[in-house]
Amino acid sequence: MMSEKILYSYTGIFDTPDEVTHAAEEAVKQGYTKYDVNTPYPLHGMNKAMKLPASKLGYVALIFGLSGTLGALLSLWWVSAIDYPLVIGGKPFFSFPAYIPVIFEVTVLSAAIATVLAMLFFFFKLPNNAHPLHATDYMKKVSNDKYGIVIQAEDPIFDEASVRKFLESVHAKDINAVYWAEEEITHKHKIFEPKFLTFLLVVVILTSGTTYFTLNKLMFMLPFNWMMEQQKQNPQQKSLVFADGFGMRKPVEGTIARGFLPYAFKGQPDLAGEKLINPIPISKESLQLGQTKFDIYCSPCHGYQGEGNSRLRGQYPNPPSLHSEKVRTWSDGRIFAVLTDGQNVMPSYSTQLSVDERWAVINYVRALQRALNAKESDLQ
Amino acid sequence: MISSSVEYRKKELPSKVQTIGLGLLLVGLLIVVLGYLVNPERSAYNNIIGLTFLISIAVGSLFFVTIEFLSGAVWSTPFRRVGEFLSSTVWVLPLLFIPLLLNVNTIFHWTHPAPADKTLIDKAPYLNVNFFIVRVIVFWLIWLLFYYLIIKNSRKQDQTRDQYLTKKNIKLSAIFMPLFALTISFTAIDWLMSIEPHWFSTIFGVYYFSGTILAALAVGAIFIVLLNERGFFVKGIHTDSYYSLGALIFAFTNFWAYIAFSQFLLIWYANLPEETFWFLARWEGNWKFFSVGLIVVHFLVPYIGLLSQPSKMNPKRLIFMSGWILFAHYYDLYWLVMPNFFKDGIPLSWIELGFPLLIAGLMILVFYYQAKKNNLVPIGDPKLKRGIDFRL
Repeated sequence: MMSEKILYSYTGIFDTPDEVTHAAEEAVKQGYTKYDVNTPYPLHGMNKAMKLPASKLGYVALIFGLSGTLGALLSLWWVSAIDYPLVIGGKPFFSFPAYIPVIFEVTVLSAAIATVLAMLFFFFKLPNNAHPLHATDYMKKVSNDKYGIVIQAEDPIFDEASVRKFLESVHAKDINAVYWAEEEITHKHKIFEPKFLTFLLVVVILTSGTTYFTLNKLMFMLPFNWMMEQQKQNPQQKSLVFADGFGMRKPVEGTIARGFLPYAFKGQPDLAGEKLINPIPISKESLQLGQTKFDIYCSPCHGYQGEGNSRLRGQYPNPPSLHSEKVRTWSDGRIFAVLTDGQNVMPSYSTQLSVDERWAVINYVRALQRALNAKESDLQ
Repeated sequence: MISSSVEYRKKELPSKVQTIGLGLLLVGLLIVVLGYLVNPERSAYNNIIGLTFLISIAVGSLFFVTIEFLSGAVWSTPFRRVGEFLSSTVWVLPLLFIPLLLNVNTIFHWTHPAPADKTLIDKAPYLNVNFFIVRVIVFWLIWLLFYYLIIKNSRKQDQTRDQYLTKKNIKLSAIFMPLFALTISFTAIDWLMSIEPHWFSTIFGVYYFSGTILAALAVGAIFIVLLNERGFFVKGIHTDSYYSLGALIFAFTNFWAYIAFSQFLLIWYANLPEETFWFLARWEGNWKFFSVGLIVVHFLVPYIGLLSQPSKMNPKRLIFMSGWILFAHYYDLYWLVMPNFFKDGIPLSWIELGFPLLIAGLMILVFYYQAKKNNLVPIGDPKLKRGIDFRL
């Protein structure tokens, strides 16, 4: 394909930093613009000698630093003053002094990361790592102990003879021409090349494998589980305190749990009817609660109105009506005894209904009774 | 013996400098004396500000000289004499602390604690008049000793060009550095913090140190740039050296802000009454504006003014910012001291002008006489050539 070589640049080598600095100054004087200096380490004063403009990298740091500042401030303000206001240490929701360390850290972090990424991928154009100077004798020398200058062929005033003369005039050694390697011109590197993808795959497997191995096998450490391993008695755990070794203890005799007052009239419904008094006054809330509970637990047998017309339609013995003379004249306590103890085939409802709920159901039954046996005076 | 290739011909400072220094000194002295006659208590507090300001410059400059030896810096070697001359103001410190030591009972109320004041009685083993006077004098003698030893070696090198003297000074600097840290911290505690002896802050010594170095660097920068622009040093010094100086000032501006904010944040967060009252006192009346002004004057303006690289290299900008920082340090000390005297706000008056003028005059005069006797460049220093060739 390509038979004749294309010139990339002329290179010259120097032994001391002073010489290469001088050469750079002379190159500026000659008017070269497409040239570069290669040294094994950064040379102080080279920026000035080459008359390089100030680096643009600072602006990247400035812009991303400021956006970090602003972003941190806004998110802190939104989180702690708008979205989830929480009083912390008696400070106001928007307490600026507490934010400053966070804002500072975010500023530094975003500026630093943006600077490094911009440097690598924008200024160094990183995925592209090909360069005509790679693998030349020149590069081997200037990355070791020599100093070199490169004058590129694309310079507008480039002329082989005059460049060679110029390099001689600044006493450069090893003046050489560097040509583009053939594949650098003919072969365009693509990001989805099989070679590159294989390389990526190998890198991924190697790094994740070694990371996994190191962190999980080589230097495995227990996670912080201080919350789990507390010095307290867990259920079913052996106790070292008590002689019998039982961790779970019975409450002290005579202890009564909250909301579980013992029922004193078991098997004595008439006595209950005499002694028990409904403690829940009739109110809208109590009637509504009573209705809900009645509809759930009582209506399947007693019917919604308490008339005994159950939804079970004779598949089960129908209970008597709640509107009978007997039930209407019962005291609240007598009904409570039935709900608590059960009666005939009706079982106890003390597990389904709490004490307060039973009284509420009784209030509701009273309301039903009155509704079905209304007096004339009730209408007025 | 090494023969330096640096050419230096000594140039005398114009006698105008002496006139200015003397004028400032006399005007300042007049105001100070009048102030002491009119309002002795207020003048005493101003005296504390003046004293700590001069300690900042004198001891801070000595720190600047020793840190150059310790770190092996070359960029500052051509200017090291400026730091040496300024640190010789250590000699005149007694002028400012003797009047205070004589009145120690009227200035500091820890000298006569109330019987029920448990805090002060517990602190009495440290905060008592005798020990206080001993500390002040011992610290001064330590500074004087190291000033004398280090500067003597440096001057001897002008004649003998003996490299070994640099080595000797490095060792002296290494000994001086921890002593400097201790003396400057305890100076801050003794003179500034003990005005309000009930207050607690463990970072206070570092806070004063950060301002100290800033003030010393700023005065140094003013003299260095003014003299270098007029060719009093050797030829060939680049603005890159200004950059290093500006960067150091910039760094310590940030350091000051970091320390000042650290002190504030912890006290604000913990919200303990024995700590917060100190800041609340600086939030009374127009002290509030003065406190907010401190952030602007001491941090925001120098930060923005010195942020970019060209601004550190521009001689005019560097002189302006250095002057500004000197003002900021005085402002800072005023903010530390004066709210104890004026609880409700600041009534500025002519009394405040005395000490700044006096100190400016002292500095200029001392510098003038030192420059008359000595070379402005350490011509025997083996690092001098590299210092002049310093490039970024």
